[in-house]
Amino acid sequence: MKIPGWKELTPGAVILQAGNATEFKTGSWRSFKPKWKEENCIQCLFCWIYCPDMSVKVKDGKRGEFDYDFCKGCGICALECPGKKGNKAIVMEEEDK
Amino acid sequence: MGKIVAVTGNEAVAEALRQINPDVCAAYPITPQTDMMQRFSSFVSDGKVDTELILVESEHSAMSACIGASAGGGRVATATSGPGLALMWEMLYVASGMRLPIVMPVVNRSLSAPLNIHGDHSDAMGARDSGWIQLWSENAQEAYDNTIQAFRIGEHMEIRLPVMVCLDGFIISHSIERMEYLDDNVVKAFVGEYKSLNPLLDIENPKSYGPLILPDLYMEYKRAQHEVMTKVKDVVLNVADDFEKLSKRKYGLFETYRLDDADIAIVILNSAAGTAKDVIDQFRAKGIKAGLLKPRLFRPFPYEEVADAIKNVKALCVMDRADSFGAYGPLFIELCGVALHLQERPLMINKIYGLGGRDFMPEHAELVLNELVEISKTGKVKTFKEYIGVRE
Repeated sequence: MKIPGWKELTPGAVILQAGNATEFKTGSWRSFKPKWKEENCIQCLFCWIYCPDMSVKVKDGKRGEFDYDFCKGCGICALECPGKKGNKAIVMEEEDK
Repeated sequence: MGKIVAVTGNEAVAEALRQINPDVCAAYPITPQTDMMQRFSSFVSDGKVDTELILVESEHSAMSACIGASAGGGRVATATSGPGLALMWEMLYVASGMRLPIVMPVVNRSLSAPLNIHGDHSDAMGARDSGWIQLWSENAQEAYDNTIQAFRIGEHMEIRLPVMVCLDGFIISHSIERMEYLDDNVVKAFVGEYKSLNPLLDIENPKSYGPLILPDLYMEYKRAQHEVMTKVKDVVLNVADDFEKLSKRKYGLFETYRLDDADIAIVILNSAAGTAKDVIDQFRAKGIKAGLLKPRLFRPFPYEEVADAIKNVKALCVMDRADSFGAYGPLFIELCGVALHLQERPLMINKIYGLGGRDFMPEHAELVLNELVEISKTGKVKTFKEYIGVRE
Protein backbone atom coordinates (compact mmCIF):
# COMPACT_ATOMS: atom_id res chain seq x y z
CA MET A 1 0.00 0.00 0.00
CA LYS A 2 1.36 3.46 -0.96
CA ILE A 3 1.68 5.80 2.04
CA PRO A 4 0.04 9.13 1.12
CA GLY A 5 1.78 12.53 1.18
CA TRP A 6 0.42 15.47 3.22
CA LYS A 7 -1.57 16.91 0.32
CA GLU A 8 -3.56 13.69 -0.13
CA LEU A 9 -5.05 13.33 3.34
CA THR A 10 -8.67 13.54 4.53
CA PRO A 11 -9.18 16.59 6.77
CA GLY A 12 -8.93 15.73 10.46
CA ALA A 13 -7.68 12.16 9.86
CA VAL A 14 -11.29 11.02 9.38
CA ILE A 15 -11.57 7.53 7.89
CA LEU A 16 -14.29 7.62 5.23
CA GLN A 17 -14.10 3.98 4.10
CA ALA A 18 -16.29 2.00 6.48
CA GLY A 19 -14.89 -1.38 7.54
CA ASN A 20 -11.49 -0.82 5.98
CA ALA A 21 -9.79 -2.63 8.88
CA THR A 22 -10.00 -5.76 6.68
CA GLU A 23 -7.30 -4.18 4.52
CA PHE A 24 -4.92 -4.04 7.49
CA LYS A 25 -3.54 -7.56 7.91
CA THR A 26 -2.55 -8.06 11.54
CA GLY A 27 -1.42 -11.70 11.32
CA SER A 28 2.22 -10.62 11.29
CA TRP A 29 1.91 -9.61 14.98
CA ARG A 30 1.86 -13.33 15.93
CA SER A 31 4.71 -15.04 17.74
CA PHE A 32 2.69 -18.22 18.52
CA LYS A 33 0.39 -19.84 15.98
CA PRO A 34 -2.70 -21.96 16.78
CA LYS A 35 -2.75 -25.30 14.97
CA TRP A 36 -6.03 -27.15 14.42
CA LYS A 37 -5.94 -30.92 14.88
CA GLU A 38 -9.14 -32.02 13.18
CA GLU A 39 -8.95 -35.61 14.60
CA ASN A 40 -9.43 -34.23 18.17
CA CYS A 41 -12.16 -31.70 17.25
CA ILE A 42 -15.70 -32.31 18.57
CA GLN A 43 -17.14 -29.28 16.69
CA CYS A 44 -18.24 -27.54 19.91
CA LEU A 45 -17.32 -24.16 18.30
CA PHE A 46 -15.96 -22.79 21.59
CA CYS A 47 -12.97 -21.49 19.59
CA TRP A 48 -15.31 -19.55 17.30
CA ILE A 49 -17.17 -18.05 20.27
CA TYR A 50 -14.04 -17.12 22.24
CA CYS A 51 -11.91 -15.74 19.38
CA PRO A 52 -11.63 -11.96 20.08
CA ASP A 53 -11.10 -11.40 16.34
CA MET A 54 -12.96 -13.33 13.60
CA SER A 55 -10.13 -15.71 12.84
CA VAL A 56 -11.97 -19.03 13.24
CA LYS A 57 -13.82 -19.68 10.00
CA VAL A 58 -17.11 -21.58 10.20
CA LYS A 59 -19.00 -22.90 7.19
CA ASP A 60 -22.33 -24.77 7.29
CA GLY A 61 -22.08 -25.03 11.08
CA LYS A 62 -18.67 -26.74 10.85
CA ARG A 63 -15.36 -25.36 11.98
CA GLY A 64 -12.81 -24.76 9.23
CA GLU A 65 -9.20 -23.51 9.11
CA PHE A 66 -7.88 -20.44 10.96
CA ASP A 67 -7.71 -17.11 9.11
CA TYR A 68 -4.00 -16.46 9.62
CA ASP A 69 -4.23 -12.98 7.99
CA PHE A 70 -5.88 -11.72 11.20
CA CYS A 71 -5.10 -14.27 13.98
CA LYS A 72 -2.70 -12.56 16.40
CA GLY A 73 -1.89 -15.78 18.25
CA CYS A 74 -3.47 -14.83 21.60
CA GLY A 75 -4.04 -18.52 22.45
CA ILE A 76 -7.53 -18.11 23.96
CA CYS A 77 -8.94 -20.72 21.53
CA ALA A 78 -6.30 -23.28 22.56
CA LEU A 79 -6.98 -22.61 26.27
CA GLU A 80 -10.76 -23.01 25.92
CA CYS A 81 -10.65 -26.03 23.59
CA PRO A 82 -12.06 -29.10 25.48
CA GLY A 83 -10.61 -31.50 22.86
CA LYS A 84 -11.46 -35.19 22.79
CA LYS A 85 -10.56 -37.56 25.64
CA GLY A 86 -7.97 -35.17 27.05
CA ASN A 87 -6.36 -34.41 23.68
CA LYS A 88 -6.64 -30.75 22.58
CA ALA A 89 -7.84 -29.98 19.08
CA ILE A 90 -5.95 -26.65 19.13
CA VAL A 91 -2.30 -26.38 20.16
CA MET A 92 -0.03 -23.35 20.10
CA GLU A 93 3.23 -23.62 18.19
CA GLU A 94 6.04 -21.11 17.97
CA GLU A 95 6.08 -19.26 14.64
CA ASP A 96 8.64 -20.48 12.07
CA LYS A 97 8.96 -23.93 13.64
CA MET B 1 -30.59 48.66 11.23
CA GLY B 2 -29.34 47.48 14.59
CA LYS B 3 -29.99 48.65 18.10
CA ILE B 4 -27.79 50.78 20.36
CA VAL B 5 -27.48 49.22 23.82
CA ALA B 6 -25.53 49.59 27.05
CA VAL B 7 -24.28 46.12 27.97
CA THR B 8 -21.33 44.20 29.43
CA GLY B 9 -18.95 42.19 27.25
CA ASN B 10 -20.38 38.93 28.55
CA GLU B 11 -23.92 40.09 27.80
CA ALA B 12 -22.90 41.11 24.28
CA VAL B 13 -21.29 37.77 23.46
CA ALA B 14 -24.22 35.84 24.98
CA GLU B 15 -26.51 37.92 22.71
CA ALA B 16 -24.38 37.00 19.67
CA LEU B 17 -24.71 33.32 20.62
CA ARG B 18 -28.50 33.73 20.99
CA GLN B 19 -28.73 35.24 17.53
CA ILE B 20 -26.58 32.47 16.03
CA ASN B 21 -28.55 29.74 17.87
CA PRO B 22 -25.96 26.90 17.82
CA ASP B 23 -27.17 23.29 17.72
CA VAL B 24 -25.18 22.25 20.78
CA CYS B 25 -23.46 24.07 23.61
CA ALA B 26 -21.56 22.34 26.43
CA ALA B 27 -20.10 24.65 29.04
CA TYR B 28 -18.85 24.75 32.61
CA PRO B 29 -18.97 27.89 34.76
CA ILE B 30 -15.73 29.69 35.59
CA THR B 31 -15.15 33.32 36.57
CA PRO B 32 -15.22 35.67 34.65
CA GLN B 33 -17.00 33.67 31.92
CA THR B 34 -19.78 32.32 34.20
CA ASP B 35 -22.12 35.23 33.64
CA MET B 36 -21.93 34.79 29.84
CA MET B 37 -23.06 31.17 29.77
CA GLN B 38 -25.53 31.80 32.61
CA ARG B 39 -27.22 34.34 30.33
CA PHE B 40 -27.09 31.89 27.46
CA SER B 41 -28.62 29.11 29.58
CA SER B 42 -31.49 31.50 30.36
CA PHE B 43 -32.05 31.85 26.61
CA VAL B 44 -32.23 28.06 26.45
CA SER B 45 -34.70 27.71 29.34
CA ASP B 46 -36.82 30.63 28.05
CA GLY B 47 -37.05 28.99 24.62
CA LYS B 48 -35.23 31.86 22.89
CA VAL B 49 -32.88 29.34 21.24
CA ASP B 50 -33.26 25.66 20.48
CA THR B 51 -29.71 24.80 21.44
CA GLU B 52 -29.09 21.51 23.23
CA LEU B 53 -27.32 22.71 26.38
CA ILE B 54 -25.18 19.98 27.92
CA LEU B 55 -24.29 20.34 31.59
CA VAL B 56 -20.91 18.78 32.24
CA GLU B 57 -18.67 18.19 35.24
CA SER B 58 -15.55 20.02 34.00
CA GLU B 59 -14.05 21.98 31.12
CA HIS B 60 -12.31 18.83 29.90
CA SER B 61 -15.76 17.29 29.57
CA ALA B 62 -17.23 20.48 28.08
CA MET B 63 -14.71 20.44 25.24
CA SER B 64 -15.09 16.66 24.84
CA ALA B 65 -18.86 17.02 24.47
CA CYS B 66 -18.36 19.86 21.98
CA ILE B 67 -15.99 17.68 19.95
CA GLY B 68 -18.54 14.84 19.86
CA ALA B 69 -21.36 17.18 18.86
CA SER B 70 -19.27 18.86 16.18
CA ALA B 71 -18.08 15.54 14.73
CA GLY B 72 -21.73 14.48 14.82
CA GLY B 73 -22.50 17.33 12.44
CA GLY B 74 -23.77 20.22 14.57
CA ARG B 75 -22.89 23.89 14.93
CA VAL B 76 -21.23 24.04 18.36
CA ALA B 77 -20.15 26.73 20.81
CA THR B 78 -18.78 26.90 24.35
CA ALA B 79 -16.91 29.48 26.44
CA THR B 80 -14.30 29.46 29.18
CA SER B 81 -11.66 31.41 31.13
CA GLY B 82 -8.14 30.94 32.57
CA PRO B 83 -7.87 27.65 34.46
CA GLY B 84 -10.90 26.33 32.57
CA LEU B 85 -9.04 26.73 29.31
CA ALA B 86 -6.03 25.06 30.93
CA LEU B 87 -8.16 22.06 31.91
CA MET B 88 -9.36 21.78 28.29
CA TRP B 89 -5.75 21.46 27.11
CA GLU B 90 -5.79 17.90 25.83
CA MET B 91 -9.11 18.34 24.04
CA LEU B 92 -8.13 21.65 22.38
CA TYR B 93 -5.64 19.75 20.24
CA VAL B 94 -8.24 17.05 19.51
CA ALA B 95 -10.73 19.68 18.29
CA SER B 96 -8.23 21.31 15.91
CA GLY B 97 -6.62 18.01 14.86
CA MET B 98 -10.07 16.68 13.86
CA ARG B 99 -10.73 20.00 12.10
CA LEU B 100 -13.94 20.77 14.01
CA PRO B 101 -15.18 24.39 13.72
CA ILE B 102 -16.17 24.92 17.37
CA VAL B 103 -16.42 28.59 18.44
CA MET B 104 -15.25 29.45 21.94
CA PRO B 105 -15.22 32.90 23.54
CA VAL B 106 -12.31 33.02 26.00
CA VAL B 107 -12.77 35.61 28.73
CA ASN B 108 -9.07 36.12 29.46
CA ARG B 109 -8.05 35.39 33.05
CA SER B 110 -4.77 34.72 34.85
CA LEU B 111 -3.55 31.27 35.84
CA SER B 112 -2.88 30.07 39.40
CA ALA B 113 -0.84 30.08 41.65
CA PRO B 114 -1.31 32.38 43.43
CA LEU B 115 -5.04 32.14 42.79
CA ASN B 116 -6.35 35.13 40.85
CA ILE B 117 -9.52 35.56 38.82
CA HIS B 118 -8.76 38.79 36.93
CA GLY B 119 -7.91 39.88 33.40
CA ASP B 120 -4.63 38.48 32.04
CA HIS B 121 -3.66 36.88 28.72
CA SER B 122 -1.76 33.89 30.13
CA ASP B 123 -4.63 31.52 29.35
CA ALA B 124 -5.01 32.14 25.62
CA MET B 125 -1.27 32.72 25.11
CA GLY B 126 -0.63 29.27 26.53
CA ALA B 127 -3.09 27.85 24.00
CA ARG B 128 -1.55 29.65 21.03
CA ASP B 129 0.05 26.45 19.65
CA SER B 130 -3.09 24.31 19.97
CA GLY B 131 -4.11 24.78 16.33
CA TRP B 132 -7.06 27.08 17.12
CA ILE B 133 -7.63 30.32 15.26
CA GLN B 134 -7.46 33.25 17.74
CA LEU B 135 -9.31 36.55 17.35
CA TRP B 136 -8.69 39.22 20.02
CA SER B 137 -11.17 41.95 20.96
CA GLU B 138 -10.63 45.39 22.51
CA ASN B 139 -14.16 45.98 23.76
CA ALA B 140 -17.68 44.57 23.94
CA GLN B 141 -18.46 45.64 20.36
CA GLU B 142 -15.42 43.85 18.98
CA ALA B 143 -16.11 40.74 21.09
CA TYR B 144 -19.68 40.66 19.73
CA ASP B 145 -18.58 41.29 16.14
CA ASN B 146 -15.71 38.77 16.36
CA THR B 147 -18.02 36.07 17.76
CA ILE B 148 -20.36 36.45 14.78
CA GLN B 149 -17.49 36.45 12.29
CA ALA B 150 -15.78 33.48 14.03
CA PHE B 151 -18.55 31.11 12.89
CA ARG B 152 -18.09 32.11 9.25
CA ILE B 153 -14.28 31.83 9.49
CA GLY B 154 -14.09 28.48 11.29
CA GLU B 155 -16.91 26.88 9.27
CA HIS B 156 -15.49 27.94 5.88
CA MET B 157 -15.20 24.73 3.85
CA GLU B 158 -11.48 25.28 3.14
CA ILE B 159 -10.74 26.01 6.81
CA ARG B 160 -12.84 23.89 9.22
CA LEU B 161 -10.93 24.91 12.34
CA PRO B 162 -12.00 25.87 15.86
CA VAL B 163 -11.88 29.57 16.80
CA MET B 164 -11.22 31.33 20.12
CA VAL B 165 -12.62 34.83 20.57
CA CYS B 166 -10.60 36.55 23.30
CA LEU B 167 -11.86 39.41 25.48
CA ASP B 168 -10.41 40.76 28.73
CA GLY B 169 -11.84 39.35 31.95
CA PHE B 170 -13.77 41.87 34.08
CA ILE B 171 -12.35 44.91 32.25
CA ILE B 172 -14.55 44.02 29.26
CA SER B 173 -16.62 41.05 30.43
CA HIS B 174 -18.17 42.93 33.38
CA SER B 175 -18.04 46.60 32.34
CA ILE B 176 -21.03 48.24 30.69
CA GLU B 177 -20.35 49.93 27.36
CA ARG B 178 -22.37 51.51 24.62
CA MET B 179 -22.45 49.30 21.55
CA GLU B 180 -24.61 48.23 18.63
CA TYR B 181 -26.46 44.92 18.24
CA LEU B 182 -27.28 43.81 14.73
CA ASP B 183 -30.80 42.62 13.97
CA ASP B 184 -31.48 38.91 14.52
CA ASN B 185 -32.30 38.25 10.87
CA VAL B 186 -29.15 40.06 9.73
CA VAL B 187 -26.95 37.87 11.96
CA LYS B 188 -28.81 34.72 10.91
CA ALA B 189 -28.38 35.54 7.23
CA PHE B 190 -24.70 36.41 7.78
CA VAL B 191 -23.73 33.13 9.46
CA GLY B 192 -26.10 31.12 7.24
CA GLU B 193 -27.25 27.51 7.57
CA TYR B 194 -24.62 25.25 9.11
CA LYS B 195 -22.95 22.97 6.57
CA SER B 196 -21.38 19.86 8.05
CA LEU B 197 -18.35 18.03 6.70
CA ASN B 198 -18.19 14.25 7.14
CA PRO B 199 -20.78 14.16 9.97
CA LEU B 200 -20.89 11.01 12.11
CA LEU B 201 -24.70 11.15 12.18
CA ASP B 202 -24.81 10.57 8.42
CA ILE B 203 -25.43 6.89 9.14
CA GLU B 204 -25.72 5.98 5.44
CA ASN B 205 -21.98 6.73 5.20
CA PRO B 206 -20.31 5.32 8.29
CA LYS B 207 -16.88 6.74 9.15
CA SER B 208 -14.33 6.89 11.96
CA TYR B 209 -13.01 9.94 13.83
CA GLY B 210 -9.83 9.89 15.90
CA PRO B 211 -7.81 6.95 14.59
CA LEU B 212 -4.36 6.00 15.84
CA ILE B 213 -1.80 7.49 13.46
CA LEU B 214 1.73 6.16 13.88
CA PRO B 215 5.09 7.75 12.95
CA ASP B 216 4.65 6.78 9.27
CA LEU B 217 1.76 9.29 8.80
CA TYR B 218 1.43 11.61 11.84
CA MET B 219 3.82 14.24 10.52
CA GLU B 220 1.89 14.49 7.23
CA TYR B 221 -1.32 15.32 9.15
CA LYS B 222 0.50 18.03 11.12
CA ARG B 223 2.01 19.49 7.94
CA ALA B 224 -1.49 19.58 6.43
CA GLN B 225 -2.77 21.39 9.56
CA HIS B 226 -0.16 24.12 9.08
CA GLU B 227 -1.19 24.48 5.45
CA VAL B 228 -4.82 25.13 6.43
CA MET B 229 -3.66 27.89 8.78
CA THR B 230 -1.92 29.64 5.86
CA LYS B 231 -5.34 30.03 4.18
CA VAL B 232 -7.01 31.62 7.22
CA LYS B 233 -5.85 35.22 6.62
CA ASP B 234 -7.68 35.51 3.29
CA VAL B 235 -10.87 34.07 4.76
CA VAL B 236 -10.69 36.45 7.75
CA LEU B 237 -10.38 39.43 5.38
CA ASN B 238 -13.22 38.24 3.12
CA VAL B 239 -15.52 37.66 6.09
CA ALA B 240 -14.56 41.11 7.45
CA ASP B 241 -15.50 42.69 4.10
CA ASP B 242 -18.91 41.03 4.18
CA PHE B 243 -19.36 42.07 7.80
CA GLU B 244 -18.50 45.68 7.04
CA LYS B 245 -21.27 45.82 4.42
CA LEU B 246 -23.93 45.12 7.02
CA SER B 247 -22.39 46.72 10.12
CA LYS B 248 -20.33 49.63 8.69
CA ARG B 249 -17.58 48.44 11.02
CA LYS B 250 -14.22 47.66 9.44
CA TYR B 251 -12.03 44.78 10.60
CA GLY B 252 -8.67 43.54 9.36
CA LEU B 253 -5.89 41.23 10.52
CA PHE B 254 -4.92 43.98 12.98
CA GLU B 255 -5.85 47.58 13.72
CA THR B 256 -3.42 50.44 13.22
CA TYR B 257 -3.88 53.74 15.01
CA ARG B 258 -1.99 56.82 13.76
CA LEU B 259 0.75 54.44 12.63
CA ASP B 260 1.31 55.51 9.00
CA ASP B 261 3.89 58.22 9.72
CA ALA B 262 4.81 57.16 13.26
CA ASP B 263 8.40 57.22 14.54
CA ILE B 264 7.54 55.38 17.74
CA ALA B 265 4.83 52.80 18.31
CA ILE B 266 3.21 50.47 20.81
CA VAL B 267 2.02 46.95 19.95
CA ILE B 268 -0.66 45.89 22.43
CA LEU B 269 -3.62 43.51 22.60
CA ASN B 270 -7.22 43.93 23.71
CA SER B 271 -8.62 46.46 26.20
CA ALA B 272 -5.34 48.21 27.11
CA ALA B 273 -5.11 49.41 23.48
CA GLY B 274 -7.96 51.84 24.22
CA THR B 275 -6.01 53.50 27.05
CA ALA B 276 -2.84 53.59 24.93
CA LYS B 277 -4.68 55.29 22.01
CA ASP B 278 -5.75 58.19 24.30
CA VAL B 279 -2.15 58.74 25.40
CA ILE B 280 -0.96 58.54 21.80
CA ASP B 281 -3.36 61.40 21.00
CA GLN B 282 -1.73 63.46 23.79
CA PHE B 283 1.75 62.78 22.36
CA ARG B 284 0.56 63.65 18.85
CA ALA B 285 -0.78 66.96 20.24
CA LYS B 286 2.75 67.62 21.50
CA GLY B 287 4.09 66.99 17.97
CA ILE B 288 5.51 63.53 18.73
CA LYS B 289 4.75 61.01 15.98
CA ALA B 290 3.42 58.11 18.02
CA GLY B 291 1.25 55.23 16.77
CA LEU B 292 -0.20 51.89 17.76
CA LEU B 293 -0.76 48.43 16.33
CA LYS B 294 -3.33 46.14 17.89
CA PRO B 295 -3.29 42.54 16.61
CA ARG B 296 -6.71 41.00 15.96
CA LEU B 297 -5.76 37.70 14.32
CA PHE B 298 -3.11 36.25 16.64
CA ARG B 299 -3.22 32.71 15.23
CA PRO B 300 -2.29 32.39 12.46
CA PHE B 301 -0.02 35.41 12.99
CA PRO B 302 0.19 37.79 9.98
CA TYR B 303 3.98 38.31 10.03
CA GLU B 304 4.42 39.92 6.57
CA GLU B 305 1.48 42.28 6.96
CA VAL B 306 2.59 43.48 10.41
CA ALA B 307 6.15 43.90 9.05
CA ASP B 308 4.81 46.15 6.32
CA ALA B 309 2.82 48.20 8.83
CA ILE B 310 5.79 48.86 11.18
CA LYS B 311 8.59 49.14 8.60
CA ASN B 312 9.10 52.90 9.08
CA VAL B 313 8.90 52.86 12.88
CA LYS B 314 12.22 53.71 14.63
CA ALA B 315 11.43 52.44 18.14
CA LEU B 316 8.76 49.94 19.11
CA CYS B 317 7.45 48.70 22.45
CA VAL B 318 5.62 45.37 22.52
CA MET B 319 3.43 45.08 25.58
CA ASP B 320 2.51 41.71 27.04
CA ARG B 321 -0.27 41.00 29.54
CA ALA B 322 1.26 37.52 29.95
CA ASP B 323 4.73 36.37 30.83
CA SER B 324 7.03 33.60 29.75
CA PHE B 325 9.27 33.24 32.77
CA GLY B 326 12.90 33.26 31.76
CA ALA B 327 12.00 34.45 28.25
CA TYR B 328 10.44 37.44 26.48
CA GLY B 329 6.68 37.89 26.52
CA PRO B 330 4.69 35.91 23.90
CA LEU B 331 3.61 38.93 21.82
CA PHE B 332 7.19 40.28 21.81
CA ILE B 333 8.45 36.94 20.49
CA GLU B 334 5.96 37.23 17.59
CA LEU B 335 7.28 40.72 16.80
CA CYS B 336 10.80 39.25 16.71
CA GLY B 337 9.40 36.93 14.02
CA VAL B 338 7.99 40.00 12.25
CA ALA B 339 11.44 41.65 12.38
CA LEU B 340 12.83 38.76 10.29
CA HIS B 341 10.80 40.13 7.38
CA LEU B 342 12.43 43.58 7.62
CA GLN B 343 15.81 44.62 6.20
CA GLU B 344 15.92 47.46 8.75
CA ARG B 345 14.04 46.74 11.90
CA PRO B 346 12.92 49.14 14.63
CA LEU B 347 14.68 49.11 18.01
CA MET B 348 12.42 46.92 20.11
CA ILE B 349 11.61 46.64 23.81
CA ASN B 350 9.23 44.40 25.74
CA LYS B 351 7.11 45.49 28.71
CA ILE B 352 5.12 43.12 30.87
CA TYR B 353 2.04 44.89 32.31
CA GLY B 354 -1.33 44.27 33.91
CA LEU B 355 -0.82 40.71 35.17
CA GLY B 356 -3.66 39.34 37.29
CA GLY B 357 -5.88 42.32 36.48
CA ARG B 358 -3.43 45.07 37.55
CA ASP B 359 -4.81 48.26 35.96
CA PHE B 360 -3.08 49.61 32.87
CA MET B 361 -3.10 53.37 33.47
CA PRO B 362 -2.44 56.28 31.07
CA GLU B 363 0.79 57.02 32.98
CA HIS B 364 2.08 53.55 32.08
CA ALA B 365 1.58 54.31 28.38
CA GLU B 366 3.25 57.72 28.92
CA LEU B 367 6.24 56.05 30.56
CA VAL B 368 6.61 53.70 27.61
CA LEU B 369 6.22 56.41 24.97
CA ASN B 370 8.78 58.64 26.72
CA GLU B 371 11.23 55.75 26.77
CA LEU B 372 10.61 55.17 23.05
CA VAL B 373 11.31 58.86 22.34
CA GLU B 374 14.61 58.47 24.22
CA ILE B 375 15.49 55.25 22.34
CA SER B 376 14.73 56.81 18.96
CA LYS B 377 17.00 59.77 19.82
CA THR B 378 19.95 57.81 21.22
CA GLY B 379 19.58 54.64 19.17
CA LYS B 380 20.24 52.65 22.34
CA VAL B 381 18.08 50.15 24.24
CA LYS B 382 18.89 49.84 27.94
CA THR B 383 16.78 46.82 28.91
CA PHE B 384 14.90 44.57 26.50
CA LYS B 385 12.38 43.18 28.99
CA GLU B 386 10.96 45.08 31.95
CA TYR B 387 7.88 45.04 34.16
CA ILE B 388 5.79 48.17 34.46
CA GLY B 389 3.37 49.14 37.21
CA VAL B 390 5.08 46.79 39.67
CA ARG B 391 6.37 47.78 43.14
CA GLU B 392 10.06 47.37 43.97
